[in-house]
Amino acid sequence: MPGLKDVKDKIDGVSKTSQITQAMNMVASAKLRGAQEKMESFRPYSAKFAEAMRDLSGGMEGADLPLMEVREVKSVEIVAVTSDRGLCGSFNAHIISTVHKLIKQYEDEGKKVSIVTVGNKAFQGLRRTGKIRTSFKDIMGTFQMFNAREISQGISEAFIKGESDQVDLIYGKFHSVAVQKPEVEQLLPIKPVEKDEEAEEQKSAVSGAYIYEPEPGEIMEVLLPLFLNVQIYHAMLEVGASEHAARMTAMDNATNACKDMIAELTQLYNKARQAAITGELMDIVGGAEALKG
Amino acid sequence: MAQIHLEVVTPTGPVVSDDVDLVTAPGVGGEFGVLANHAPFLSTIKTGTLSFKKDKNTKYLMVSGGFSEVSNNKITFLVESAEFGHEIDVDRALRARERAEKRLAQAQSQSEKINRARAEAALKRALARLRTAELAKQ
Repeated sequence: MPGLKDVKDKIDGVSKTSQITQAMNMVASAKLRGAQEKMESFRPYSAKFAEAMRDLSGGMEGADLPLMEVREVKSVEIVAVTSDRGLCGSFNAHIISTVHKLIKQYEDEGKKVSIVTVGNKAFQGLRRTGKIRTSFKDIMGTFQMFNAREISQGISEAFIKGESDQVDLIYGKFHSVAVQKPEVEQLLPIKPVEKDEEAEEQKSAVSGAYIYEPEPGEIMEVLLPLFLNVQIYHAMLEVGASEHAARMTAMDNATNACKDMIAELTQLYNKARQAAITGELMDIVGGAEALKG
Repeated sequence: MAQIHLEVVTPTGPVVSDDVDLVTAPGVGGEFGVLANHAPFLSTIKTGTLSFKKDKNTKYLMVSGGFSEVSNNKITFLVESAEFGHEIDVDRALRARERAEKRLAQAQSQSEKINRARAEAALKRALARLRTAELAKQ
């Protein structure tokens, strides 16, 4: 049986840990609110963007756009977006294991794979594959559009040069506070957007034909890189929110585990204390009996 | 006077949403003005100054890279960033201009094409900020 003092120390230690996990939980929930607001304010922009892409996709047939060029896929680039910091449960581990699976799948098909990591954890988790081409670290905390632009520039340059024939994007999608899952999307070549016939008819009934300046094809040339920025920025926003949500859950679990442990240890402590008292009583009674003699 | 609804949207949220008399914007093919009941129109936007007039007051915005769409008497700008002239930090823009000019001078060789393109874009943004701030002051 452990000594009284050992148990007491252990209880103190665990309760201090639970204080920390509780604080981290609260910080994460406050940050989650911020991240969700950021996602919210991005929505009108991305919605409008998607709409314009749809409007334009009609006029670009036959246009020679390097970012939409479909080639035979010999090498694939994987862009993995994770958080910068850990202590958020299995969130990052899930993304990284998805990347490993993808690498295996592509290599079995005889394709070359290179990786771009965004976020410290992606770099740490994929460093040993030796396939990392570029990594972006310490940017998940306060990223802005220009960070996304920097990332997408590197990716599209490699694609245009023919170093990669396909680019996949993997990130932790924010489904809800409780659910975040790795999501795989094809980033490049950009797929033509399917036309929504019904919306199209409504639109042309209201506004008639558009005047384009410059030609739709040229507009697309400007828009496609921007579209890439939007997608990467979107992934970063999702990961930002997912990270905090995952950390909230993880820290909540940790706090509960601490409470359970404290309850168990307190029982152990009380038992040990009782045993000590009983032992002392036995001694006293034994001594008194001996004196009576 | 008939008015047109103006909306300026950036990734960090809407910046302007108002009914205005006249909008002047830096299109890729040159500056263009839009009045109420303009025909449906779509144009890309380069880094520069966007201005709009309402009740004889003109306001200036620095915008960078994006596009604009006119339909149903509504003009929408989707730009990567937008700042009001009076909110621009002139000192910061001056420093940015200096930095960009220096980088541009260093990256003259052909091999540094990418760096040069980036420095040029940064310089354009700094110049647009300065010009917008100047216009807003008048």
